Amino acid sequence: MAGLHKSEFSNPVVNWIDTRLPIFTMMQKEYGVFPTPKNFNYFWNFGALAMINLVIMIATGIFLAMNYQPNTELAFDSVQRIMRDVNYGWLLRYVHQNGASMFFIVTYIHIFRGLYYGSYKAPRELLWMLGVVILLLMMATAFMGYVLPWGQMSYWGATVITNLFSAFPWIGPKIVTLLWGGFSVDNPTLNRFFSLHYLLPFVIVGVVVLHIAALHIVGSNNPLGIDVKSPQDTVPFHPYYTIKDSVGICVYLAVFAALVFFAPNFLGDPNNFIPANPLQTPADIVPEWYFLPYYAILRSVPNKLLGVCLMFASILVLFVLPWLDTSRVRSARFRPIYRQLIWVFVLAFVVLGVCGANKPEGIWVVLSRVATLYYFLHFLVILPLLGKLERPLPLPESISQPVTGGRGGGPTPSGAAAKPMEKA
Amino acid sequence: MAHSPAATTAHGHSAHVTKRDMLQLIAGAGAAIGVGAIAWPFIDSMNPARDVLALAAIEVDLSPITAGQGITVVWQGKPIFVRHRTPQETKEAEDTPLNKLIEPQADSARVKAGHSDWIVVIGICTHLGCVPLGNKPADPRGDYGGWFCPCHGSQYDTSGRVRVGPAPANLGLPPYAFVSDTKIKIG
Repeated sequence: MAGLHKSEFSNPVVNWIDTRLPIFTMMQKEYGVFPTPKNFNYFWNFGALAMINLVIMIATGIFLAMNYQPNTELAFDSVQRIMRDVNYGWLLRYVHQNGASMFFIVTYIHIFRGLYYGSYKAPRELLWMLGVVILLLMMATAFMGYVLPWGQMSYWGATVITNLFSAFPWIGPKIVTLLWGGFSVDNPTLNRFFSLHYLLPFVIVGVVVLHIAALHIVGSNNPLGIDVKSPQDTVPFHPYYTIKDSVGICVYLAVFAALVFFAPNFLGDPNNFIPANPLQTPADIVPEWYFLPYYAILRSVPNKLLGVCLMFASILVLFVLPWLDTSRVRSARFRPIYRQLIWVFVLAFVVLGVCGANKPEGIWVVLSRVATLYYFLHFLVILPLLGKLERPLPLPESISQPVTGGRGGGPTPSGAAAKPMEKA
Repeated sequence: MAHSPAATTAHGHSAHVTKRDMLQLIAGAGAAIGVGAIAWPFIDSMNPARDVLALAAIEVDLSPITAGQGITVVWQGKPIFVRHRTPQETKEAEDTPLNKLIEPQADSARVKAGHSDWIVVIGICTHLGCVPLGNKPADPRGDYGGWFCPCHGSQYDTSGRVRVGPAPANLGLPPYAFVSDTKIKIG
C-alpha cells in the first residue's frame, strides 16, 4: 500500500477514489481552501466566466455537429435544417453563435484587467503568455467557425483572410494553396475547417489547464497589485469567491440571454443569410465585430505585406508585454499617468474597431492610421518610458492594511516611517 | 430560531434543523432543476427532427393496384407490402381455422372493416429480418399464396400470417387508415 495518497475524506466511496487518484483532494486544495486575496473586485470574475463560456461553446458545438454537414452543397441548408427542424436547434445555434461574441467580450475584459492591474508582471509572465496563446487559438477557432455556415460572408471572409498569406514572399502562394487544398476556398477548405474547428477548442482546454496551473503556483494578483503578506490578506476560495462568481455568472447569463432570445442576429451580418456565391462579392466584406480592430490595422497601410505583418505584430507584441513595461509598480491604481493613458489605449482600440467596420476611405483611413500608430506607441514607446519617468503613488504595506490600519489613501499614522516602495 | 417549539414539533426530531439546512435544500433543488432545464434541449435535439417526423406518414394511392397484385412502399425506412387480394384469396384467409396457425390471429383483426380485399403488412420476415418474396408477379409465394422468405424458408399466407417456420410470428401490421376508397395513409 506504499505510495497511496492519504485521503482526508470520510465518505468511503470518495475516500476509495481519492486514495487512488486524489482528484477530490486536488479540488479541495485548488478550489476549496485555496487562499485568495480578499480584495478582488468584479474584474476578477471574468476568467471564470471565460471557462464557463468555453464549456457552453463545446457543449452546443458538439450537438450542432450532430446535424451539420461540412459539404459546400449541403452546409447552408443543414444550418437551416438545424434552425427549423431539429428540436431546439434554433436555441443551440443561437447560443453557439452569440456565445462566440460573449466569449470575446469576456476575454477582452479579462485582458483589460490584466493590463490595468499589471497581472502580466513578474512572476506571472508565463501565465500571461499562456493567455495570449489562448487568445490566438480562440481567434483561429472563431474564424473557422464563421466559415462553416457557408454564407456569403463566410465564403468571402475566408477568401480574404486566407489570401493574406500570399503576401509573404516566395512561399506565400504555396502556403495559400496548402491552406485551401485547391485553387480557391472550396469543399476541401470547408471540410478541413470543420475538422480543425472541432479540434481547437480541446487544445484551448489544454492550454487553459496550464493557464490555471501556472496561476495556482504564483497565486492571484489583486487590485492593489501588492503581494499577499500573510493569511490575513486572504480568504478561502470557497465560499467567498464561489459565491461572488455565482453572482457574476447570473449577470453574464442575463446579458447572454438578452442577446440569444431578443436580438440573436444583432451582432451578425445580414449577408450571411445569402448562400455563398463564388462569382459575386458582397459590397462590403467585414469580419465579425471582435476582429474589427485587427482588420483596421491590416488595412491601415497600402502595402499588403506590411499590413499583414502589422496585424500579426499587434497580437505578438502582447507576448513581450511583461518586458516592455518597465514600471516596478503593478496596479494602475498607484500609477497616476498610466491609469489615464490606458484609457487612451482603450479608445484607440475602439476607434480601430469602428474603422474596421467601414470602408478604408476618407476619414477612416486617417483614423485607422492614427489609431494603429497609437496602439504600437502604447506598447513600444509609452510603456517602456513610463516605467522610468512616472512617479507612482505610495503603496499600502499590505492588502489588509488599508482596512485594518489607517484609512487607505489618507496620511500614514504619525510616527510611522516611510515604507520602501513595493518591488513588483 | 433553531430551538423554537415550532421547529421541534414540526420536524419531530431534534431542533437542529436550521435555516441553513433549508437554504441548502432549496439551493440544491434549484440547481437540480436548473441542470435539468439546461440538459433537456440538448437531449431533445437528438430526438427525431421535424423533417424526419414529416416523413413518418405517407399516403399510398390504391387505384393502380389490380386484384392479385401487390406493391412495396417504404415507410420509416421499412418495406410495406400493400396487396390487393382476389376474392378467393380473401376467402382462404378468412376461412383458415385458428388452430392451424403458428400465431393464431383472425384475418378480420388484420384488415380494415369493409376493405377486406386489402392487406397491408410490414415486409420484414419475423425470423431474422429478410424481405420476403411474393409481391412481384414472378415471385414465389409459397404454398399458402402469400409470401415466401428465401433466407430460411418461412412461408406466409394471404393475410401475412406465418404458416411455415422458422419465423415465429405473423408479419407486422403498420398503423394505417383509409382516407378514401382508393387511398390509404400509413403512419
